[in-house]
Amino acid sequence: MQERADRLLAIADDELVLGWRDSEWTGIAPYLEEDVAFSSIAQNEVGHARALYELAAGDLGTTADELAFDRSPSEYRCVPLVEQRLADWADTIARHYLYELADELRIARLRESDDEEVAGLAAKIEREETYHRIHAQMWADRLAGEPRFVAAVERLWPAAVALLEENLRPQLGERAGRDLPSTTVLVGLERGAHTDELAELWHEMTSVRRSVPGAAW
Amino acid sequence: MTEQDVWDALAEVADPEIPVVSLVDLGVVRDVRIDGSRVRVEFTPTFLGCPALDVMRDEIANRIAGLGAEADVAVINDDSWSTDRITSEGRRKLREAGFAPPVPRDAGAPTLVQLQSAIFRCPYCGSPKTRLENIFGPTPCRSLRYCESCRQPFEQFKTL
Repeated sequence: MQERADRLLAIADDELVLGWRDSEWTGIAPYLEEDVAFSSIAQNEVGHARALYELAAGDLGTTADELAFDRSPSEYRCVPLVEQRLADWADTIARHYLYELADELRIARLRESDDEEVAGLAAKIEREETYHRIHAQMWADRLAGEPRFVAAVERLWPAAVALLEENLRPQLGERAGRDLPSTTVLVGLERGAHTDELAELWHEMTSVRRSVPGAAW
Repeated sequence: MTEQDVWDALAEVADPEIPVVSLVDLGVVRDVRIDGSRVRVEFTPTFLGCPALDVMRDEIANRIAGLGAEADVAVINDDSWSTDRITSEGRRKLREAGFAPPVPRDAGAPTLVQLQSAIFRCPYCGSPKTRLENIFGPTPCRSLRYCESCRQPFEQFKTL
């Protein structure tokens, strides 16, 4: 049970933290339609996190809120890629594009699981992620060849590889048409490492929860 | 109290975000079972991040309490719901309220080409000359479209 919870928590933490970062575009995206898009994507990612936390919470004898908000930053299992606060649109689209590419592979793997709860939830998540991928691909096509976007994808690629367990990485390389980064490049980017930005995000994300412990809303 | 009584009561629970349709119209109520004075209802969220989820759960419990029974409402996060489960009655109500109902999911996951095509008719004038404005909308389950014929923006229930 602990092993299943660990695997679910890694994905849940990625989705929660990325959802939080995506929501930072609400109100300040380049134009209104993207305000709507990123807000909606953020809402979906946080929804996926919630469902994954609920499943993990059942195994660990705790609750989704406790998992989401009551751990210390070092206990989160998200990758540094999602922790970064990206204020640049090209960087944001590059992360969105790479994240969805990797996320598709791990969701597909979960859907093949013998564990019915995991496979069922993954299939439900996949229905929603289809729309995220369409959106990400639309932007990647639109920005293809733009120097800022090309540089952003190049820079974020190693951190995106860290989203996946080792056995899925070759497939991601093929999909992206890129070579996998060396282990030296991946130092500090792998799951388990954290940036200072996570602690900042955590302070903001948990502020209400910490000010009124145990509050429900 | 019969299972049908429970279904009838649930048919009066409106979707908090699109109140023209009920939970039964949406097809999200998966199972109703009576065990003595307890009623177990299983339902699935449309979208996992749907903020109306808790409201729906509470409202289901209230209706069952109204029938004099104790409610056991379970939210099932599996893959049993798709927009194909929205009833024909539900589709009619959506159209009347200005929401284009989802297209059938049978053919598989939607693609951008499909979303940009003319299979989505305007719920106001019926014209197929509509264009995609935004894959996303005011709630997770909706996209935004625009009708070139009657020049009316409208919301499209996403195919899920």
